Amino acid sequence: MRDPLVRQSVGFASVRRIPVPGSRIPMLDIRRRTGVLLIVVTVAQLILISAQVQSKSGVPVFQEFTFGVFARIQGGTWGALRSVRDVWSNYVWLRGARAENETLKRQLADLQVQLQQKEALAARSEKLQQLLSLQSATALPTVAAEVIAGNPNPGMLTITIGRGSADGVQADMAVIAPAGVVGRIVGPPAAHAARVQLLIDRNAAAGALIERNRAGGMVVGSDREPPLTMDLVSNMADVKAGDKVIASGVDGIYPKGFAIGWVESSERGSGLYRAITVRPAVDFSSLEEVLVVLVPARSATPEDPVPAPAAPAGTAK
Amino acid sequence: MKTAAVIAALAVALVLQTTLAGLSLAGGTRVNLVLVAVIYVALAYGPVFGLFAGSAAGLVQDAIAGGTIGIGGLSKTLVGFFVGVLGSQFIVSTPVPRFLMFFGASMAHEACFQALYALVESRAIRFDLYGALIQAVVNGAVGISAFLVAERGPDMLQRRDSWRRSSSSVRRRY
Repeated sequence: MRDPLVRQSVGFASVRRIPVPGSRIPMLDIRRRTGVLLIVVTVAQLILISAQVQSKSGVPVFQEFTFGVFARIQGGTWGALRSVRDVWSNYVWLRGARAENETLKRQLADLQVQLQQKEALAARSEKLQQLLSLQSATALPTVAAEVIAGNPNPGMLTITIGRGSADGVQADMAVIAPAGVVGRIVGPPAAHAARVQLLIDRNAAAGALIERNRAGGMVVGSDREPPLTMDLVSNMADVKAGDKVIASGVDGIYPKGFAIGWVESSERGSGLYRAITVRPAVDFSSLEEVLVVLVPARSATPEDPVPAPAAPAGTAK
Repeated sequence: MKTAAVIAALAVALVLQTTLAGLSLAGGTRVNLVLVAVIYVALAYGPVFGLFAGSAAGLVQDAIAGGTIGIGGLSKTLVGFFVGVLGSQFIVSTPVPRFLMFFGASMAHEACFQALYALVESRAIRFDLYGALIQAVVNGAVGISAFLVAERGPDMLQRRDSWRRSSSSVRRRY
């Protein structure tokens, strides 16, 4: 059978496929009709994007299925990598372990003394709190989770954790680390994995306030350095570099009082609001373990009567 | 066989990308291994494979990353197709043209991706030129390394085997 397309050298360093005059491309040979293929695939994806933009809900079945399947692979890969790392760190990289052990023992003894002092202080504080008829802060139920994968798309700042719906994890639950707020669960979690949108993602936001003077605003992720900005803080507010920024809890996702970061720069803005940049409290480049706050969104701070802001935390801006 | 190889390459790229990003957040943003795999497939097998590889890899990447599904898919579809077309029109068999192809395709992908997001979110385009340039250079380096390994790897292994055989026969003779 004669090939309707022949390869022919044309000009400088180029090879072009030219149809032989009089020959016809078979109608059913779809591989030859690349233009048609491109149009069909492009239109299909445009329809897919349009459907999501209209409904704001995405395609959960496809997303859930893909995420669930891939989370298993990610978990396996991470497990294998951790095994190699453990073998390396537990058997090969043990130089100086004895000296380090001695140092750590001394530090442990010091810390035990400090712990006893803190416990005594905490007991005294609790008594004072009861005396003042203040409601004692309820410890939030949390579950520890290991980070099993990073973001597959460099444009999105998400991580995957090894806890899912089987562990009680739900969408929009807050994720924290000892240093402060990490982000929130996005999308439907798989049985043993969930996706976390980091607070520094450009589509993430959280209700926040300045700890020193309780000036409220909203912290949003940005592409710049430092990766957080604090919006909606009045030009009249007294905000200085070094001020601590904490979660206000008005978004109903992040528990009130948890550290978000520190003000790096604060300038008077051209409009009503100040231009504030915030250095995150959490080191997002070395996240290995996090805590998921097992309190569904909106009831995280039920005592807070302030309504949620117009742009809720973590929603697309 | 060819299809299986393409699927395997994309799956490996996806797993490596997520693992790399899990180890280092900054490292994950400096290279897009899935895009490298799509460009490689398009250059090696032509526009149709590039189109389907870009579409599939982009959709899966979108689904896992948690963004709007289809934006990465459409960007990679266009990049895969046009890289395949350019690859079949011009001789791209030496490192420099290949690097330029990876570099240009990475920049085009980033522009397309950011433009589509800006369109969907009704906002101005945010294009981090410095970050995009770094990613394009790293993608180019990874891409030409992949071609070198795929093309010269089997030949080098064969040469090593034949050298071992000849040296052992010389030893036997003496």
